[in-house]
Amino acid sequence: MYLGRVIGCVWATVKSPLLEGMRLLVVQPLTPELQNTGKRLICTDCTGAGAGEIIYWVRGMEARFPFMPALPPCDTTIVGIVDSVDLNRRERAPANPPAAAPANPPAAVPGGRRHARKA
Amino acid sequence: MLIARVVGELVATQKHPSHEGRKLLLVQPLNLDGSDRGDAVVALDAVDAGVGDRVLLTTEGFSAMTSVGRRQSPIDMAVIGFIDQIELLPDVLL
Repeated sequence: MYLGRVIGCVWATVKSPLLEGMRLLVVQPLTPELQNTGKRLICTDCTGAGAGEIIYWVRGMEARFPFMPALPPCDTTIVGIVDSVDLNRRERAPANPPAAAPANPPAAVPGGRRHARKA
Repeated sequence: MLIARVVGELVATQKHPSHEGRKLLLVQPLNLDGSDRGDAVVALDAVDAGVGDRVLLTTEGFSAMTSVGRRQSPIDMAVIGFIDQIELLPDVLL
């Protein structure tokens, strides 16, 4: 399993019927210090994770097991939402603080599409 | 299997039911000389390891699932042993 942060989501109207109704999220892999590492990827989700949350995801055939008995064609799945990361037991920082409001919320573009780019 | 060091623990409330009741560890895979090998990963604990322990890490799904006793569950890494000592031939280059 690997640490990651949800940075967006993917809509696909034409897809495998086995993927119908499943959420596809864009995930940025993280180091234990919650720094970005590696390339971003698309994960299916079995936990209800939302944008900005720290999660952990699983890779390989195991990614299909949360959806048993259906076996959708996916190879990465988010299997947990991380509450806190306890590094060396020195500090216990919440990974997803409950009242985390963005300091500078992005201005809404009237009539425009919301860009899912990472801030 | 890889040699790894436990560097931290994760707390997750919302997770797949098969992960409940097992510790989630952050483990850093190591080279033979003890240096870091790639990025740290999240693994389920099958042997009650703690932070700082040098452990054996399996990175294959079937072994990981069976070692924590949860068949057909989304687990691809597990800590399956403690390493006490590694002995190498004297001419092995690290």
